[in-house]
Amino acid sequence: MKEISCKLLVIGAGPGGYVCAIRAGQLGIDTVIVEAGKLGGTCLNVGCIPSKALIHAAEEFENVLHAAKGDNALGISVSAPELDFARTIAWKDGIVGRLNSGVAGLLKKAKVKTVQGWATFRDGKTVAVATETGEQVIRAETVVIATGSAPVELPFLPFGGPVISSTEALSLSKVPERLAVVGGGYIGLELGTAFARLGAKVTVVEALPRILAQYDAELTRPVAKRLAALGVEVLAGAKAKGLSNKGDALLVETADGVEKKVAADKVLVTVGRKPVTEGWGLGQIDLDMDKKFIRIDDQCRTSMRGVYAIGDVTGEPMLAHRAMAQGEMVAEIVAGHRRSWDKRAIPAVCFTEPEIVSVGLSPEEAKASGFETKIGLFPFSANGRAMTLQGEDGFVRVVARADNHLVLGVQAVGKGVSELSAAFSLAIEMGARLEDIAGTIHAHPTQSEAFAEAALKTLGRALHA
Amino acid sequence: MGEHVIKLPDVGEGVAEAELVEWQGKVGDLVREDQVLAAVMTDKATVEIPSPVDGEVIWLGADIGDTIAIGSPIVRLQVAGEGNVKEGEAGTAGSPPPTPPAQEDEAAPAFEPAPAKAASQPSMEARSPDDAPKAVVELAPHPRAKERNAPAPAMKVAPRREGERPLASPAVRLRAREAGIDLRQMAGSGPAGRITHEDIDAFLARGAQAPFPAAPGLARNEAVEEIKVVGLRRKIAEKMRIAKSRIPHITYVEEVDVTALEELRATLNKQKGANRPKLTLLPFLMRAMVKAIAEQPQLNALFDDEAGVIHQHGGVHIGIAAQTGNGLVVPVVKHAEARDLWDCAAEVNRLAEAAKAGLATREELTGSTITISSLGALGGIVTTPVINHPEVAIVGVNKIMVRPMWDGTQFVPRKMMNLSSSFDHRVIDGWDAAVFVQRIKTLLETPALIFVEG
Repeated sequence: MKEISCKLLVIGAGPGGYVCAIRAGQLGIDTVIVEAGKLGGTCLNVGCIPSKALIHAAEEFENVLHAAKGDNALGISVSAPELDFARTIAWKDGIVGRLNSGVAGLLKKAKVKTVQGWATFRDGKTVAVATETGEQVIRAETVVIATGSAPVELPFLPFGGPVISSTEALSLSKVPERLAVVGGGYIGLELGTAFARLGAKVTVVEALPRILAQYDAELTRPVAKRLAALGVEVLAGAKAKGLSNKGDALLVETADGVEKKVAADKVLVTVGRKPVTEGWGLGQIDLDMDKKFIRIDDQCRTSMRGVYAIGDVTGEPMLAHRAMAQGEMVAEIVAGHRRSWDKRAIPAVCFTEPEIVSVGLSPEEAKASGFETKIGLFPFSANGRAMTLQGEDGFVRVVARADNHLVLGVQAVGKGVSELSAAFSLAIEMGARLEDIAGTIHAHPTQSEAFAEAALKTLGRALHA
Repeated sequence: MGEHVIKLPDVGEGVAEAELVEWQGKVGDLVREDQVLAAVMTDKATVEIPSPVDGEVIWLGADIGDTIAIGSPIVRLQVAGEGNVKEGEAGTAGSPPPTPPAQEDEAAPAFEPAPAKAASQPSMEARSPDDAPKAVVELAPHPRAKERNAPAPAMKVAPRREGERPLASPAVRLRAREAGIDLRQMAGSGPAGRITHEDIDAFLARGAQAPFPAAPGLARNEAVEEIKVVGLRRKIAEKMRIAKSRIPHITYVEEVDVTALEELRATLNKQKGANRPKLTLLPFLMRAMVKAIAEQPQLNALFDDEAGVIHQHGGVHIGIAAQTGNGLVVPVVKHAEARDLWDCAAEVNRLAEAAKAGLATREELTGSTITISSLGALGGIVTTPVINHPEVAIVGVNKIMVRPMWDGTQFVPRKMMNLSSSFDHRVIDGWDAAVFVQRIKTLLETPALIFVEG
């Protein structure tokens, strides 16, 4: 097969890779992108998007279920709902499919050539792609590694049979009656909550003393409360040991050291994700590593000239929007623009029930970085819109510098707060002070008012609390 | 809020005043403790004046070039806390009336226009009373006494700490990056020191650091920069003006064959012990001048033209004009007549080091009776040295060059050096000047004569 030569080669068409390729194409760079799976990567196919579809379906189902039970404060009653889970999954697949072709269209529009197949480095400028029709060699002046990440497997709970990763959990043919979730991080809790609302008996096994350990207890308390209300059993400080002999239960050592059998039709293992650094010839180009990740500098350059890396393969936080921003930046660097990574905040959203948002520094992090801080918290129980949405649990919390009132971080937990992340990120990226937030008119009645109120509260003059 | 007055500290033994040569801050600047605010110069040295506290500069007490008495207030800072000025003590005698310290009077009506406050905080609420109600709405500061006590200047933070990232919106950061501006070098005018688009406009307009050359090609440059002549430069300028305006110079140039001298110098340098300084030509010239002066003592003199008196000195104190980073200085080798060749060399080395390091004492920089001027390796064929007033003679050394010389039968390569010497023609006749230079020439051409006693 004839060799392809190009200016820029992107390996991996996840959110980092495809954004990089589209931007490069827009800038007139001759770009090729290689993808072994479907366009859109983990995020679009087996991550962010399908999980949110499933979470939404679960919420709708559960609401109707409650109404049917006569447990509905709004006075709505319906007859008992039924779930055609195959249709739910088909609907989800439809969304994924639309987005797949959307990415393909965008790449085409940007005049990016897409090569389907598994890429392996021969040297820093040459890649061999195993395609359906044979080996395709691609030579490029610049290569961007965007190989992403994959679910971590536990040696004593290898994937297969009843043991599944998040990928399989999004394509089950029916809702499991009993689901054990190993790992109480955001992925396990998002999916665990969804299945609980769809009717599964869910048990979450978390080795650390509490769920969502990367967030502070104040922020996760509404989530824990909601899990309890949904009947999700949380075994904190407990260790998963393996599958029972019959394969119908998870063996767990509880916090008290007691062996326990958790009956389960499926065991979902969500103990984190690892960078994909094998199978594509990393050894051929011998890049410097930062533990298990590829080491990059503030321009996403690796230790080899002309080789960049972006996204999950380069480290935490493993988030699609970080990868996208890196991809965009690298494309512009390749086009000769002066760019470097100077983002002030990467928002993190947890689509649990209720949702959690964290942008910038938490109170502890702010303190640890040596700032005198001021913290203000405004509860949704005092927000009119939250009441009308039956979402009074939760709050918005602002962390600011005491000396100049610069906003260092914003956290929120509550119904639908993921959409507030935009305001939080903008505030931090623009260098807003508390007075800026407080001085901006926030529409009434919306949950966003809680943001302004939290800023006022930090200034010592909240109006509605 | 209080006021802290910085007075000119005692900058050295016996110095009663110093000249302000540099401001490193201006009114409105926020400074941190230990940040240098100003530099003053005495006869001896330049001394930096650091700020003892964090604060905002509200008054500068002198212009560059002014001579300031020790103990005079030079800077006033508005500081958090009490400061070092008590009320009613603010305007110290002798200083211009400073901006009164911003007095936060809790009892005062919230929006009373306070001229004093407005003057010291120009960005604040310098509004007319008519505007006041509107201001309440727009600024929405709840006029609770407690909050008014944290006025906006407190929001203006001092310069960023080391390593702290500059505050700017993504668009400003991008623009700066594309323009090649390092935002860490910039102060922001926005709230909390935020850097705005306007700050970048101003920065670029100043052309502080034109990061890239403009499009290639030639362009007219209309810029005229005003550089105040201060400090050492001013002293040099003054000295030169006096020397050139008062002294009718006669300059006499003669060439000297230093082939033999250079051979001797090379031999001595080769054989010298490690504890002895390396010999340059200077100590030979100094010794030759001492010998010549013994025969013509009128050349080793200071002419007080106002009194009409010549002070003819017994001791030969030779000034050696030396270029330093700050300009021309003339350290003085005292009593060259009492120093042998090695001693002269050692003293020249020592003084040169001290002068370059700026450590030469006032003693070491004054008291010469005759001067040697040398442009060193730059040399040149001829110079017209300016006499170090009130001396009457200066000997200029030009570069040694190998030149073809006619020995009567053929051209031979000889190491030749010109001496360009100037004399005060009011008191030294041309004849005597020539005799002096010829004597030095003879001594240098037959260097053994330098060492013959009597």
